[in-house]
Amino acid sequence: MTLWITLAVNSIAMGGLLFLLSAGFSLIFGLMRIPNLMHGSFFMLGAYFGVSMLAHEVNFWVAALASGLAMAVIGAVIERFLLRRLAGQELAQVLLTLGLSFIVADLCLMIWTGDPWQPSPPPDLRGALRFGGLFFPIYRLAIVVIAVVVAIALWLLVDWTRLGAMIRAGVDDAPIARVVGIPVSRLFTLVFALGAALAAFGGVIGAPYLSVYPGLDGEMLPLALIVVILGGTGSMLGALLGSFIIGFLYNFGQAMFPDLAYVILFLPMLLVLVLRPQGLFGKGTV
Amino acid sequence: MSAAATRGAFLVVALAILATLPAWVGNTYYINIASQILLFAVFALALNVLVGYGGLVSLGHAGLFAVGGYTTALMLQAGQGHLAADLAAVAVTLAMSAVFAVLALRATGIGFLMITLALGQILWGIAYRWANLTNGDNGINVTTRPAPFGITLATATPFYYATLAVFLVALASMALLVRSPFGASLCGTRDQPRRMTALGYNVWLIRFLAFLFSGFWSGVAGILFVYYNQFISPQVAALQTSAEVLLMVISGGTATLAGPVVGAAIVVITKNVVSAYIVRWNLVLGLVFVVIITFMPEGLVPGSARLWRWTWRRRAAPVKTATAGERP
Repeated sequence: MTLWITLAVNSIAMGGLLFLLSAGFSLIFGLMRIPNLMHGSFFMLGAYFGVSMLAHEVNFWVAALASGLAMAVIGAVIERFLLRRLAGQELAQVLLTLGLSFIVADLCLMIWTGDPWQPSPPPDLRGALRFGGLFFPIYRLAIVVIAVVVAIALWLLVDWTRLGAMIRAGVDDAPIARVVGIPVSRLFTLVFALGAALAAFGGVIGAPYLSVYPGLDGEMLPLALIVVILGGTGSMLGALLGSFIIGFLYNFGQAMFPDLAYVILFLPMLLVLVLRPQGLFGKGTV
Repeated sequence: MSAAATRGAFLVVALAILATLPAWVGNTYYINIASQILLFAVFALALNVLVGYGGLVSLGHAGLFAVGGYTTALMLQAGQGHLAADLAAVAVTLAMSAVFAVLALRATGIGFLMITLALGQILWGIAYRWANLTNGDNGINVTTRPAPFGITLATATPFYYATLAVFLVALASMALLVRSPFGASLCGTRDQPRRMTALGYNVWLIRFLAFLFSGFWSGVAGILFVYYNQFISPQVAALQTSAEVLLMVISGGTATLAGPVVGAAIVVITKNVVSAYIVRWNLVLGLVFVVIITFMPEGLVPGSARLWRWTWRRRAAPVKTATAGERP
């Protein structure tokens, strides 16, 4: 029984992290239709930035935000100077982001070596809550709270603000949106930067839990992909639900069928593709 | 000389070079690199059927390649003969290709790419995690190479010729495919899927068969690979491998027969040369991707042809304007 509850708590925490990762992916891939194969690299590079700052005694939250900010700048530069030249050419965008992800992976290996880094959580959130004879690590619960707050903020931003309406207009019909005076290109750069920042922020938040190591990018990218295919592209609610489903499958799969954990992780995606190609909450197909 | 004659002459010269290569190269190391190029050329040609002619970009082909290799290795480990192992590898790869195709062809374009990427990662996950079956990260050793018609392939030169034979059969089958009505209809589904449907073609079935054809040669390339290295590990199924073979197709030029072959040569040679000097192969691979996409998006073979024509025209231009007089 204790094992199950521990697994469930871990699953929810993992779901929260996955949401931070895939919310940005959902914005970039789902809304802007850019197949960003370096999203896992954003996560990993952000995490490395974070651990480097933490090693220099920077406050945890400052490090997470600064890492997100740095990645926003990097993301904006990539979008503005490389991806925009390839607007509408999906294959070229795939190859460009894939190439960049290899460069990032190799540079990270060069700078931060092959050893894993695992910072400790912020001092206020160490230890565990005792409830009904069970221990719940506070930090993992905090991850969930952060994810839910980010989810609500994103939902409000995209669905209820003027900025969100302009982004949606730019996605639906860019030429007409430009005609009515919406700076579509600048908004797209902003959305790409936001997606990159969320991934990097998630990377730092996740570092005490997952640790940071070479290959983390390649592990996170498919997860973001399944979450978005599962939840439906461009749907924040879908991304949130998809994240928690995958969070549970990830933890329970590894505990119960370690050999086939990876297969179990992908099964719901395959089911969704066959039965409901637009995803659980998606409007269009992938 | 007409274009067809030039091409014919080029083909004869290329064949002569390939057929006599071990004689004038001499060194085992270089013969092995040539074998590597040929086996990866088979793989790249296979992927090109989908990428170039079908307009379907797969990032999961390393999975199919690895299925071919792993099935061979596992069958040999279980004490089966080479023929049985190879036939089983082809059969299992074809079955896996069918599964891939059924799932991935739910979408086209980017959706197709993402689904194949995910499917490839599943196969990588199986190779890596299911240690009871695949021996995990330690991989599987293959101790022997086959001896078809009593000729052992244990040394570099016979293995090179066997690979060359397979490569030529693959190339010929691709040439036939491209020129066949099926090849034309495949290009049709790439350019005008709706019109093809309206004309009564079963677009899905055409793509499905093309996927099986591509999967078949990927599996064969996987078998060659496992015999060449006499070892297979999960790294073969990783995304890097899919990306490398896609780079071969793209860098050489999609939808051409020579492109993937040239691309395979470029990537394999670069990889060997770079790895000899620095350990940062992935960095170079990534940079090559970025540079090619930014400056030569149509691929190296058509791109170089374009640059060649461009310089040629510039050199010829003064003469032409002199004779044509008042041309703007």
